[in-house]
Amino acid sequence: MSTVAWITARGLFGRRRFLLLLPLPVLLVVLAVLSRGLGVAPSDWGPPVLVGLGLAVVLPVVALIVGTGVLGAEIDDGTVVHVLTTPLPRWQIVLPKLAVAAGVTAATVAAPLFAAGLLADSVRLGLALAVAASAGALAYSALFVAASLLTRRPVLLGLVYVLIWEGLLSNVLAGSRVFSIQHYVIALADRLAPTELLHTTVSMPLAAVMIALVSIGFSLLAIDRLRAFSVAGETS
Amino acid sequence: MTTTTSAAAPATATSTLDLAGVSRWYGNVVAVNDVSMSLGPGVTGLLGPNGAGKTTLLHMMAGFLAPSRGAVTLDGRPTWRNPAVYRRLGLVSEREAVHSFLTAYEFVLATAKLHKLPDPQAAARRAVAMVELEGAQDRRIGTYSKGMRQRARVAAALVHDPQVLLLDEPFNGMDPRQRLHMMELLHSLGDAGRTILFSSHILEEVEQVSGTVQVMVAGRLAASGDFRTIRRLMTNRPHVFAIRSTDDRALAVALMAEPSVSGVELGRDGLTVRAGDYGAFTRVLPKVALARGVRVRQLIPEDESLESVFSYLVEA
Repeated sequence: MSTVAWITARGLFGRRRFLLLLPLPVLLVVLAVLSRGLGVAPSDWGPPVLVGLGLAVVLPVVALIVGTGVLGAEIDDGTVVHVLTTPLPRWQIVLPKLAVAAGVTAATVAAPLFAAGLLADSVRLGLALAVAASAGALAYSALFVAASLLTRRPVLLGLVYVLIWEGLLSNVLAGSRVFSIQHYVIALADRLAPTELLHTTVSMPLAAVMIALVSIGFSLLAIDRLRAFSVAGETS
Repeated sequence: MTTTTSAAAPATATSTLDLAGVSRWYGNVVAVNDVSMSLGPGVTGLLGPNGAGKTTLLHMMAGFLAPSRGAVTLDGRPTWRNPAVYRRLGLVSEREAVHSFLTAYEFVLATAKLHKLPDPQAAARRAVAMVELEGAQDRRIGTYSKGMRQRARVAAALVHDPQVLLLDEPFNGMDPRQRLHMMELLHSLGDAGRTILFSSHILEEVEQVSGTVQVMVAGRLAASGDFRTIRRLMTNRPHVFAIRSTDDRALAVALMAEPSVSGVELGRDGLTVRAGDYGAFTRVLPKVALARGVRVRQLIPEDESLESVFSYLVEA
């Protein structure tokens, strides 16, 4: 494990905000278990729980907390300078951090989604949701790590994207779904396990290409921005 | 009095940090204005009041800020967008941010690994020993005092044995013993041929540590050179004193006869005396007062703030 990844992981799990990750996945599993236990038809509880909560809230919010935590938090408190005053090429800083963010997000989200998918339909749907969410975790993480370098308020920017763009606009304007990671994940999961529970207008090939483009594009952007990292102008 | 001191540096194993016409502005605010200097081996103090642009200048030197104009180079290579400079450069920034969840040894060792040093454990032990932190090296940094945290950061900045070390206000928050130890450390690093630059807004700190000093005021390099020359300039400048006594008029008449006094103003609240020579005036005042039977009730040097000392230097 690279030293950058080690410090990043220690920093992530050492901060209290890591505990914020737990309630949402637990809520997802509890709702799925309750719905199944109470005998509600999967066609009734599947879409709101799997998509409305799982893919539209749990995945992006966990990715936001983790993605802005791996780099944004270090920029905030200034510790990033210790990593930057080394001759490491900047990609060797961005990529391990991205790997930690995507890995932690995927691990946190994939398990409850698998459980919920299993309860709603089948092992296949559970696996499909877990795999698609992991791919989505990578894309979201790349986006939020890059956001940490583009603005001093990455969490705010991330929330605007998740709530306004994905949550509001892509429900109203079908065209904007082409730029919605949430819809890529739905398209991917629906292709891996076709059911009546998941719907999107985005095609599977487009979703796969876009996930790759978003992940690579924002990683490159983050590396470039880190090369030109400026310490905030405290002129004292 | 802006003579740039470039130490006669032997080219082998020592490094030179050069600033050529460096400016930095934020919108309409000019933080650093056309600064040129060349830093060679030895300890140099960067002195200036708060807000003079010292930190901005240090950040540009350390490659954490792009100059708006001009160039900062380390041995001929730009420091901006060039991580390779950190093989030869160490930085201790003013913000005391540390990974508080690590122990000092873990922190320094991690830094050594990031530098890809051949024997990171040995380098970490050496750096921790250099700042005398061995006794506390296995405690989490979060439990440290401010001075200890500072030393942990210095150890991390020294772990790769850099030729150039930049420190922003390194003595802030240190107790006298830690301060003394840090001063000795900087001295020994400078004597070993390293280029050390530290910033400070406290005259005495710079006086005790460095022979060479760069003085910054309001973004400009106000003076640079040997500390004693600058100190003499500072003490020989005209001083203004406010005096209250039992007989202001008699004292004014007597003081005007003194060669060290260049002007006296008699006001309702006492005397305002301009003295050309600080030492001579303060020695002569009691004698004059005693001879005239005048009791001095109050003697206040009016412009002893560092800012006024510095602005005098700018005018000089």
